[in-house]
Amino acid sequence: MPQVTIIGAGPAGLTAARTLRDAGIHDILVLERNPEAGGLPRFAAHPGWGMLDFHRLWSGPTYAKRLVEAAKGVTIATNTTVTAVHPGGVLEVSGLDGQRRIESRAVLLAAGIREMPRGARLLSGTRPWGVMNTGAFQEMVYRGGQLPFRRPMVIGTELVSFSALLTAQHLGIRPVAMIEAAPRITARRPGDWIARHVLGVPVRTGTRLTRIEGLDRVEAVVVEHAGGTERIACDGVLLTGRFVPEAALARAGHLDVDHGTAGPAIDTLWRCSDPAYFAAGNVLRPVEHSGAAALEGRDAARSIIRALAGELPPSDATVPVTVAGGLRYAYPQRVVLGQGATQLYARVLQEHRGRLRLMADGRTILDRVIHALPERRIRIPLDTNMLTSASRLTAELA
Amino acid sequence: MTPTPPRDDTVFDMAIIGAGVIGCAVFRAFVLAGLKVVLVERDADIINGASKANSALLHTGFDAGPGTLELDCVKRGHALYHRIHQRLGLSLIETGAILVAWTEADLAALPGIVAQAHANGVTDVRQLTAEEVRAREPHLAPDLRGGVLVPGEAVIDPWSAPLAYVLQGMANGGTVMRGTEVTGGVQNAGGWTLSTPRGPIRAGVVVNCAGNFGDLVEAIARPSPFEIRPRKGQFVVLDKTATAFANAIILPVPNERTKGVVIARTAFGNLLVGPTAEEQAERRIATVEEPALEALLAQGRRMIPALEHEPVTTTYAGLRPATQFKDYQIEALADRRWITVGGIRSTGLTGSLGIAEYLCTLYEQHFAPLHPLPEPIWPRMPNLTEGLPRPWQQPGRDEIICHCELVTRGEIAAALEGPLPAGNLGGLKRRTRCMMGRCQGFYCTRRVMELCAGRLPGLVEQG
Repeated sequence: MPQVTIIGAGPAGLTAARTLRDAGIHDILVLERNPEAGGLPRFAAHPGWGMLDFHRLWSGPTYAKRLVEAAKGVTIATNTTVTAVHPGGVLEVSGLDGQRRIESRAVLLAAGIREMPRGARLLSGTRPWGVMNTGAFQEMVYRGGQLPFRRPMVIGTELVSFSALLTAQHLGIRPVAMIEAAPRITARRPGDWIARHVLGVPVRTGTRLTRIEGLDRVEAVVVEHAGGTERIACDGVLLTGRFVPEAALARAGHLDVDHGTAGPAIDTLWRCSDPAYFAAGNVLRPVEHSGAAALEGRDAARSIIRALAGELPPSDATVPVTVAGGLRYAYPQRVVLGQGATQLYARVLQEHRGRLRLMADGRTILDRVIHALPERRIRIPLDTNMLTSASRLTAELA
Repeated sequence: MTPTPPRDDTVFDMAIIGAGVIGCAVFRAFVLAGLKVVLVERDADIINGASKANSALLHTGFDAGPGTLELDCVKRGHALYHRIHQRLGLSLIETGAILVAWTEADLAALPGIVAQAHANGVTDVRQLTAEEVRAREPHLAPDLRGGVLVPGEAVIDPWSAPLAYVLQGMANGGTVMRGTEVTGGVQNAGGWTLSTPRGPIRAGVVVNCAGNFGDLVEAIARPSPFEIRPRKGQFVVLDKTATAFANAIILPVPNERTKGVVIARTAFGNLLVGPTAEEQAERRIATVEEPALEALLAQGRRMIPALEHEPVTTTYAGLRPATQFKDYQIEALADRRWITVGGIRSTGLTGSLGIAEYLCTLYEQHFAPLHPLPEPIWPRMPNLTEGLPRPWQQPGRDEIICHCELVTRGEIAAALEGPLPAGNLGGLKRRTRCMMGRCQGFYCTRRVMELCAGRLPGLVEQG
């Protein structure tokens, strides 16, 4: 019986494994459903990885390799899929040798994230081949050398969208344009300048995809902007971003899921609603850079180490956090009192210039001026020693 | 991939035009009845038209028009599916259906619906009180007024069934020609010579099962007595976790045009909300439209509020071959050596086996006696139904390619081989479930493309 089982061998899971190993925890088992460990960075072969956790600038595949190497000594079971989670840290698992149950003292959910596909976006039009997310596209290009299209329309301007442009360039794919429904791009500037001047792709903000055309393959898209609608010929549609935590196991099982983050709800010690389960990385919420996910894996592992030593306070004495007034979500969703300094993270629904407040039972405990954008996380510092009697925390914009 | 066209001297007893679910069931029935049959399909794979996008229900006929051929065929098809499904390895999920009254007018209509069902011979249908409905379906909105229980309505795998019919036909000597569009035909002494881009096909009798193109194909034999008026149905597919919120198939009280929006689980474990009913001239392209999808979601959430937080897995739309008439348009033209099967609008999946049996009767009446095969072969379909054994559960399984639907490499490889390999990507998805889960290909497209290389051309170029 492993002491700790980690679901997912990506940045969060592998960093957690390394942290547990370094603390002398034996019997760590990492379950990875793919034939190899490393997670999504395996397929993004342009530079941009490793800065936060290794203080280096690597390509995704190099970063993935370094993560695996750094977890040396930990058992990573590849081709092993968790098919259900049960109370108390009991997992149903399918491996090459069949089905089994694994019971551990602690389980870390680190299953990562994916982008929202076409259907869930309720996009209008036909349903031809050639509509896909960045994740599939990057794996096809960098790993398979496969070109699904030559002149796609790129939808979205998150960080990953610019990663998609770099990926396209790798095999000489020339996107017709990159469009963004909002008035400004989501990623930090100067992404649009790079797109236009380095990659030669026009970026059009205030432009929304309304329709996909083509019977067997994509033939065109229809977009809508202030000037009306426009039909643009293209042979593919790249749906970038709009990330969704890969939290199906939590949703299908007994763990509480936050409708705002669409990930498992945790407390400030990374515990899920069943304290045998912890969660870290992008399974928690859409989306942070892999380095941030890795550091969360490290921090969750430190909490697991304390849990194994019997040092964590009871999980039922927590204060729930709710959001109001323009905030999309805040997490952790429960605060454990008397644990010193911690932080909450939140995101806005729309660009907001104004004030952010944190209230404890109606009493303001934090009030500050912010300028927030939808895809940047807002850090809310909190001293849990100061909150001895709170029954509810509310984060809100004003 | 597709068999080479037969030599010119091959004469079939029967050529069936169109490999939708009706064509597939008719093919099976006549092969088993001892005829030499060819099934001719324009598209690269079978069930590529109306039959690929429906609500996947096995109907009882409780609400069919009294005295119609549709009622007879649906009831018979329902019974025949029960008889054969296990031998073909096809699943049957006996959920039953509850028709739910939401208004006073709905409630007033229920006794008539029960009486109609009984008159149709579906005698186990009975009215439920609001309390009884709530006890059976605790997640329905509490303001429901009552309901009607239809125990015999069920859910089936809408793709494995027609595939099984075709494979049984092939295993017993039938011929399938895909990618073969019938462009015309000439009647002669022995029957018909159909022209196709792959050469002529000669057959004693032609059966028109051309679905949304039924009136166009009919024009080969005669001015079509019916006109196809395609009716589009859009659907939203919700995540598998949503299935927990409905036990039975949830039906509304129908109106003139449509049975209304249904909530039903699928064989694959998702929850469907749909369809819309929209008439259009276009026969081939069924688009999804955001406002209609939003409206379906709103209706679904109105009926089951807990669906509010359930993610959408995908959306789709299908075209049903409706005509100006309400009933099926089935006719044998003895002198033309032609059988017409048209206007099989929304009950074709259930009705297909009944229609096929009925055509055998017509054939014997108008053409010749049939001599059924004494011991036909019964191929078994690989299971795709959620909750029944699948390869991913087996020791010694190979790599899982599609993680959302737990599809192994072996299943995909098998679907690309055999007597009727997938003819296009849609065919592969329908045979295996790959790329049809939550992520819709985010995690598996590259691997699926690698497995398809050299078998399904035109999807990717190698860079």
